[in-house]
Amino acid sequence: MFEQTDPNQIQLTDEGELKHFITTEGLSRELLTEILDTADSFVDMSVKQVKKVPLLRGKTVVNLFFEASTRTLSTFELAAKRLSADVLNLNISTSSTSKGETLKDTLMTLRAMHSDMFVVRHSSSGAAHFIAEHVTPDVAVINAGDGRHAHPTQAMLDMLTIRQAKGDFTPLSVAIVGDILHSRVARSQIHALRTLGVSDIRVIAPNTLLPRHIESLGVKVFTNMQQGIKDVDVVMMLRLQKERMNTALLPSESEFYKLYGLTMDKLALAKPDAIVMHPGPINRGVEIASSVADGERSLILDQVTNGIAVRMAVMSMAMSGQAKNRPNLTGVGE
Amino acid sequence: MTANALNADALLEKMQQELSALLSQGKRPDPLMIGIHTGGVWLAERLHRSLGLSSPLGVLDISFHRDDFDQSGLNPKVQPSKLPCPTEGRHIILVDDVIMSGRTIRAAMNELFDFGRPASVTLVTLLDLQQRELPIQADIIGGTLAISADQAVKLTGPEPLALEIRNRSED
Repeated sequence: MFEQTDPNQIQLTDEGELKHFITTEGLSRELLTEILDTADSFVDMSVKQVKKVPLLRGKTVVNLFFEASTRTLSTFELAAKRLSADVLNLNISTSSTSKGETLKDTLMTLRAMHSDMFVVRHSSSGAAHFIAEHVTPDVAVINAGDGRHAHPTQAMLDMLTIRQAKGDFTPLSVAIVGDILHSRVARSQIHALRTLGVSDIRVIAPNTLLPRHIESLGVKVFTNMQQGIKDVDVVMMLRLQKERMNTALLPSESEFYKLYGLTMDKLALAKPDAIVMHPGPINRGVEIASSVADGERSLILDQVTNGIAVRMAVMSMAMSGQAKNRPNLTGVGE
Repeated sequence: MTANALNADALLEKMQQELSALLSQGKRPDPLMIGIHTGGVWLAERLHRSLGLSSPLGVLDISFHRDDFDQSGLNPKVQPSKLPCPTEGRHIILVDDVIMSGRTIRAAMNELFDFGRPASVTLVTLLDLQQRELPIQADIIGGTLAISADQAVKLTGPEPLALEIRNRSED
């Protein structure tokens, strides 16, 4: 739908700092590590009486959601508020676009309101990129999920959760299981895992839910879950995206659960200290058993907590890159 | 000021004596010492050890409270603040290496108050460059030094501690 230029020409400043966050693809290991380190200090903030810092005080963050979302929207909203920004949530699917306003007109209107950051969720791949191209240089754009393309903050909160549990990325075996075909999360995870040095990345799915040429991303493909999950350190489950399935890709949900659902039996094939993750919302009894989702190896709720910290990190880093990019300001201070 | 002003160990010795005298008055019972990242932490470690304080040492990073975020952006090496015990109702000894404009201390107090309401805050710095832009003064200083506008003073450490004057253009 949208024409693409190299995303890193858009999302990085000339000095290589983040000014938008569109995709994890092509970002350096140093930059991904910087995001995780910054997020770590926001995680520690939760012990303070006042869980707020003034970094984005006086800035206006607009959550532009063209597609329904509860968890991503609410964690972005909380992240912005903990950075002291003013937040506006716009659910565009019920707004002006239904009156015939084009995307570009909507953006120009919001820009005229002196917004400083757009957090964008859209069902079309490339939407955040398109918006970043058309609002630069003075508005930062954060991708909160675009079509099948990318969901970079989800991938980074997953990386933070893995780092907290396992420390070093390089020796890990990581399995991504489920609906790879429709998953922007899987794509962003694969890019981030590779960049951070994970050598063994596996995807496990039926052939109908695997994108073509997925091997070219440097992953091993398994259609048999028992083989794929053997001795892994991390199991990352994906949600079965019923709303994106236009054709009959699956015989039935119960058949899928039997073959690819994460049960205690299948988890027993992974390493004894393997961790289980899921981006949510969970379809219990479709891709994951309740005993696993609620079990002691599940880090699903840690992922939600980490989501706020990662989003705070990315938002403050992008705003920092934007601020430094602006001319005519001179630094004063110690 | 003479070159002796830049002898970090001598300045630290003077700070320690004055602080020890202040604490012996008993108006700051069971103080909680907190160093400002990074130079302030090195000094605080020395003072904490030599004064034999019972409460563990805290570390404050003020990056999230700086007032020049719009000009210089986020410090990429931001460390989390680590306060080992509650600050509510405690007598805080805040330690930093150099006080100049007062902006760092303004940011440090904002960060500190996000953890709770202390009973008092005593500010201790190694060197006062006397170029204040805010109404903030240290209670105890090791020494004062006048430098020109294009110079900056930097503490290196933790072992050995040394103060050096740099020209800003070299940074």
